[in-house]
Amino acid sequence: MKEKIIEKLNSTFNDDIVEVSEFRNELTIVVKKEKIVDVCKFLKDDPELSFDYLVDICGVDYYREKDRFAVVYNLWSLKNNFRLRLKVFVDESDLIVPSVTGVWSAANWHERETFDMFGIKFSGHPDLRRIYMPEDFEYFPLRKDFPLQGIPGSIPLPGQEKIKRDIK
Amino acid sequence: MGINTLNIEEQGFLTTKLSEFIRWAQRNSLWPMPLGISCCAIEMMAFAAPKFDVARFGSEFLRFSPRQSDLLIVAGTVTYKMARVVRKIYDQMPDPKWVIAMGVCTSTGGMYRSYAVVQGIDQFLPVDVYVSGCPPRPENLINGLLKIQELIKKGVPPKRDPIYI
Repeated sequence: MKEKIIEKLNSTFNDDIVEVSEFRNELTIVVKKEKIVDVCKFLKDDPELSFDYLVDICGVDYYREKDRFAVVYNLWSLKNNFRLRLKVFVDESDLIVPSVTGVWSAANWHERETFDMFGIKFSGHPDLRRIYMPEDFEYFPLRKDFPLQGIPGSIPLPGQEKIKRDIK
Repeated sequence: MGINTLNIEEQGFLTTKLSEFIRWAQRNSLWPMPLGISCCAIEMMAFAAPKFDVARFGSEFLRFSPRQSDLLIVAGTVTYKMARVVRKIYDQMPDPKWVIAMGVCTSTGGMYRSYAVVQGIDQFLPVDVYVSGCPPRPENLINGLLKIQELIKKGVPPKRDPIYI
């Protein structure tokens, strides 16, 4: 199965596959950011591979100069009972990744979560709002430079809210 | 309560002060509003269920409506997003009202030293009794209830929020 996936992807996308690695029987493929939607569509629609189940999308903050963030897609082929991990690196200067909601509609909330926690924007997402934190929250809590205990006063508590309103 | 019990047997009546009589009624019929927002709620259910049987202390009537209750039991981790809901429920309760902070998450944030969890609900609610434990045993919660009953017996007014007066 592994060889087939690698061979098919290499013959179809050639230069857009950046890296293929394997760790403890788990296959990880790093893809160029611009091509992620095409790769996903191919993996899903190919009758032999048929990666029809998007298990999860999440973000990673490596906290380094170049390619600081990564978006990880975990796929599962129900037909072959095979799992595949796709990875896309994102630079801090250009935090936009094409959305895969058009391929799997399950991506909707996963992408919202990644946006909420890391601030990575997904272009073409139908409803890119925060999913966990309050909508007026200004920070991205899972970034490495965000303090673990949060920023005091950034989310008003009920009493404090009233004080603010009274002053206005 | 300064009841003269001799009269009950002999003449069929008792004498007391009206305020003490009211406090006696109040403390033996505290109706809790069970705000179970995480795992402490399981222990709170045991506290109301037959084995621990809080009916012995007159509080078996978990109301699930803040407008009909006078004791708020906050059982669980309160996040910043949940804080305004907790406050709203408290504000809907009629006076006089008491608050029990059940468990460490509610009292101090507990193990959740996190950006999302309020580090103690006394930052936005007046709390009368804190119950320790993670989660507290039902006996411990009953102990908290008895503490509230003691406060009422002594005539201590429920804690008030300086901001909202």
